[in-house]
Amino acid sequence: MSRLIFFLQEAIRALRRNAAPSLAAIITTVVTVVLLGVLIPIFQTAQAKSDQVRGELNFQVALYADATHAEIVSLEKELKAIPHVDSVELITKSQALKELKETLGADKSKELTSQLNENPLPASFKIIPDDAANLAGIRAAIIPTGPNGKPQPISSIIDKIFDRQDESSKIAQVTSALKIVLTVITVLLILASLMLVSNTIRLSIYTRRREVEVMRLVGATRWFIRWPFMIEGVVVGFTGGLVAILILWLGKITIVDPLSNTFSFLAAQNNSTLNFPAMIAILFAAAVLVSTIGSGVTLRRFLKV
Amino acid sequence: MSAEPNPPMARSKKRQPRDDEPRRPRGRRAPIVELNDVTKVYAGGHMALDRVSLAIGRGEFVFLVGPTGCGKSTLIKMLIRELATTEGTVKIAGRDIGALPEKKIPQLRRNIGTVFQDFKLLPDRTVYDNVAYALQVIGASRAEIREQVPQTLRLVGLSTKLHSYPDQLSGGEQQRVSIARAFVNHPPLLLADEPSGNLDPVTSIGVMQLLYRINKTGTTVLVVTHDREMVDNMQRRVVELYEGRVVRDEVSGGYTEESTTEFGLRMRAEMGVGHQGEGQSNGHGQDALI
Ligand SMILES: Nc1ncnc2c1ncn2[C@@H]1O[C@H](COP(=O)(O)OP(=O)(O)O)[C@@H](O)[C@H]1O
Ligand SMILES: [Mg+2]
Repeated sequence: MSRLIFFLQEAIRALRRNAAPSLAAIITTVVTVVLLGVLIPIFQTAQAKSDQVRGELNFQVALYADATHAEIVSLEKELKAIPHVDSVELITKSQALKELKETLGADKSKELTSQLNENPLPASFKIIPDDAANLAGIRAAIIPTGPNGKPQPISSIIDKIFDRQDESSKIAQVTSALKIVLTVITVLLILASLMLVSNTIRLSIYTRRREVEVMRLVGATRWFIRWPFMIEGVVVGFTGGLVAILILWLGKITIVDPLSNTFSFLAAQNNSTLNFPAMIAILFAAAVLVSTIGSGVTLRRFLKV
Repeated sequence: MSAEPNPPMARSKKRQPRDDEPRRPRGRRAPIVELNDVTKVYAGGHMALDRVSLAIGRGEFVFLVGPTGCGKSTLIKMLIRELATTEGTVKIAGRDIGALPEKKIPQLRRNIGTVFQDFKLLPDRTVYDNVAYALQVIGASRAEIREQVPQTLRLVGLSTKLHSYPDQLSGGEQQRVSIARAFVNHPPLLLADEPSGNLDPVTSIGVMQLLYRINKTGTTVLVVTHDREMVDNMQRRVVELYEGRVVRDEVSGGYTEESTTEFGLRMRAEMGVGHQGEGQSNGHGQDALI
């Protein structure tokens, strides 16, 4: 107990006597945590948006009008068996017309009905892949190239595949590139933060390496020297983390929350992907851990005497 | 803070002589310092010590002399295992410290007070806290620290500088803080590397007198010095190094109780100090000093 008080006093003394490096370490922690706290939600939102877009990508397999019920049921089974197919949905002629009318709106659909005496739309299967990247593969599995070099659908009731092919493949490409870029940036950002914080700590300990050597030479054990440094690390991480969270929280209630009423982009981040308290907790714990472990690890080198 | 030596010293103290062993008279246990053919070659290939053998008995006062660069500091550093030997063994109180596990090294250093040539004070601490640190590392209580630290600082004449920081002190004052820190826990062995190295003659006599008084309490003292006059006057054992070798080891220049007393009187006369401490110097009176 008196040991703990001694170590606390030592840590506080060191922080006071090394005010400049201590402050530098705290500010570094604040800046890093704030940066992560702003960028991570933005990246998460972007990821979620692109996932959402990709999730909506699909294509339809149009069927000949003379397909029998048995043929349709057996094709559905075959389609579902194709790898990477997430779901297969039958859209009947009437459903297709209904959807079309919904998209056109009341006025135009009235006009349409008056012009048509018969439903011209085919029945179709809507194929949703597990990932947008597999669209092309599934397409090839449904209409493979036959022995004569011509496309040969897996079933005789398949008329053709229709979708906005160019567009969907472009979206698939862009979003997967975006996904990779965002992941890489996030990882780099986290690595850079770790290095920044641990480097600042290393610097502040480095200026005191002689002190550590002296402590060793007058008979201090490693842990006797290490504890105050670790406590210092906790104090730095705790203070830095706390200030950063205060800034993030203020930013959230003064900037993000009012704006999210206007911009759905921001709203998405509040309700779906981002759990603000959870992120805060993780960042805070990380700040304390990194600065504490950073102190301990850096010290190892100087404890060799 | 008990004046009793901690392990590894304690271990050799408890050791019982076997029946077939010749019984030694009391107090003549294993030498407190024993070097056997110690060689030290630095990383650059420079041989700083060349097969040095040396034994120092408990309670002795030994001067280590020799020109700059002859290996005196190197030898001191080996005794606290700041440096490892290249060859040979260093024994402290009969234990080979080269074989000491990493974990036991702090324990060894707590039993050896060291006055470093460059003082090695902690810059962020006051005089008081620097001396207190040596007690804090051994887990002394606050009460013990409050008692011992001012007493020891009074002994070295720094009572008025308790709250100064090292950079506010003169070289001589820093040296005396270093001595106080080395001695505050009453170690059985005190090493002093040129403790009067950058002191004026008067202060230097003061430091030697201090070491002398410390020796009178039973502490073994090994002093590195350049001060030829001091060495000649004190009539103590002198070990001289030259280019890493022992070239002279005069076990005693008339080392008797009488000369000790004479020396003490002369020292006091020179410093104008009274007769305190005299008569309690029985080799075990670790409390006599304070
Ligand atoms: N860390 C070191 N690396 C290489 N050479 C050293 C080192 N320390 C001391 N020496 C050399 O070893 C020799 C003995 O040094 P030292 O023991 O400090 O001498 P002194 O008797 O003056 O205290 C000197 O020649 C010195 O240059
Ligand atoms: Mg030297």
